[in-house]
Amino acid sequence: MKQKQHGFWDDVKKYRSLLLMLVPAVLFFLLFAYIPMSGIILAFKQYDYTGGVFGSPWNGWDNFKFFFNSGDAWRVTRNTALYNIAFIVVNNVVQIFAAILLFEVAGKWFRKITQTVLFLPYFISWVVVGAIAYNLFNFDVGTINVLLKGLGMQPVDIYNTAAYWPVILVVVSAWKTLGYGTIMYLAAITSIDTEMYEAAEIDGANIFQRIMKITVPNLMPTVIILVLLAIGNVFRGDFGMFYNMVGNNGLLFSSTDVIDTFVFRSLTTSNEIGMSAAAGFYQSLLGFVTIMLANYAVRKYDKDRALF
Amino acid sequence: MILSIIGYVTLTVLAIFCIFPFILVVSSSLSEESTIIEKGFQIFPSSFSTEAYSLLFKYPEEMLRAYGITISVTAIGTLFGLFLTSMTAYVLSRRDFKWRGRFSFFFFFTTLFSGGLVPWYLMIVNYLHLKDTLLVLILPLLMNVFYIIVMKSFMSSIPDAITESAKIDGAGDFRIFMQLIVPLSKPALATIGLFIALAYWNDWYNALLFISKSELMPLQYYLYKMLGNMDGMRKAMMASGAVVNTDLPTESLKMAMTIVATGPILLAYPFIQKYFVTGLTIGAVKG
Repeated sequence: MKQKQHGFWDDVKKYRSLLLMLVPAVLFFLLFAYIPMSGIILAFKQYDYTGGVFGSPWNGWDNFKFFFNSGDAWRVTRNTALYNIAFIVVNNVVQIFAAILLFEVAGKWFRKITQTVLFLPYFISWVVVGAIAYNLFNFDVGTINVLLKGLGMQPVDIYNTAAYWPVILVVVSAWKTLGYGTIMYLAAITSIDTEMYEAAEIDGANIFQRIMKITVPNLMPTVIILVLLAIGNVFRGDFGMFYNMVGNNGLLFSSTDVIDTFVFRSLTTSNEIGMSAAAGFYQSLLGFVTIMLANYAVRKYDKDRALF
Repeated sequence: MILSIIGYVTLTVLAIFCIFPFILVVSSSLSEESTIIEKGFQIFPSSFSTEAYSLLFKYPEEMLRAYGITISVTAIGTLFGLFLTSMTAYVLSRRDFKWRGRFSFFFFFTTLFSGGLVPWYLMIVNYLHLKDTLLVLILPLLMNVFYIIVMKSFMSSIPDAITESAKIDGAGDFRIFMQLIVPLSKPALATIGLFIALAYWNDWYNALLFISKSELMPLQYYLYKMLGNMDGMRKAMMASGAVVNTDLPTESLKMAMTIVATGPILLAYPFIQKYFVTGLTIGAVKG
């Protein structure tokens, strides 16, 4: 005797309208994320146009060997990680600093105006940032060199000197994200219980003590979570930033080439599809491992904040 | 007292640091070319000229076409993106939906691991055949897992009772979404809509990869092209009927183009900024 079970197809029927509503999103992520994932086999193939992704002959680990023996692998990995670590440290410190100042000293209208101005760079494209950089750093007519010449000093050839770029890129990143982060931290500070401040004031705490003993410790959970989540992306470069700031300037590669620009260049300029697929696969793996580690750390710290 | 003076001074310095480059670009775009060549880009221009702008607007066809592309892509993309994002988020926010966890992970996993640039590129060019189409500027930015998650957490805060009672009244899931959930989610829709619109407006990357026809160039990519290639600018101007035999004021023209391409964002910015702030604040507090 058979008993009718509550099966899979009954659920499909039950949720058919909800499932139907998910169809576009599922299709989207299949087409633009999941099916391309299968393309990682390209990293192990000698790509040719007639064969395509699946018809091209295998060549084992050759693409990886080529990538790691080229001398670029170490350089781009190091640059990507170091830039992101510098961005995380500098951006968060400046943002927290600005948020505390806005909260502590600024009057209402001053706070509003400052917030608006600080947020401005967030809204413009990296192309426009590139144009601004050109305006500042150009050898002949750039503002910085105009100032240096005005002071009787030698102009500096910024676009041809690799050593300047780590500083420039860190400053630009801080500049572009300042408003966004400041608002996030300001929101976190505003949600701190005001009674704590009142009690501290009654006890005669000065502004420094208030900041160090109340604001900063209460911000730490937010900071730690945001930093851990950012660490998960330490091997992902901001392509728009690097590409618009330095473009394909080979003279600067030693200090500006990151995995993303390297992969892009190998794909579009030198057309080394197999090798750039291998480098992309390598980046995805590094990213996956760091996200897992960061998530593990978040989970240890605060279970509710973990990604999964 | 001294502390607040230090605070005000520091914040003012930070604010100047943020706005200074913009002022520099504006004043450069309004300088005479000869002054720039001679003295460089200056904060307070020692000459004034609107020549760069009048040149830009004399033969505006290319620029206007780029504007048209960007505006249509932004409008279509934001509309569909917002609709699909919120619809997906609604299903994932339904606590009675048995597979919500599985589908959430299906979407979320794409942020953990990807095939990388090359397979994605080949998929779009060789298999979907989207190169040099308007669709390639719209589709890749249509949905973003982060926006779905933000929207989902907002919708989760809408009481279940609303969905329940509507169901008892015989409303279907889609109708509940359109007639009840969407109106209740206006703050989240405004915020995410602005984020999507900004991403479309500032996009140049998809054009860099997939657009080679000049008539499909969006604004930012057009600007990118012109900044790197003033010869292209010259050709474009000649093609649109200009007689350009003398030197173009390239430096001030570059800056004027930057201003024109940024213009709408800068003009709309003070008005939309507060929605961003509200949205970010909601997101930060809720975590």
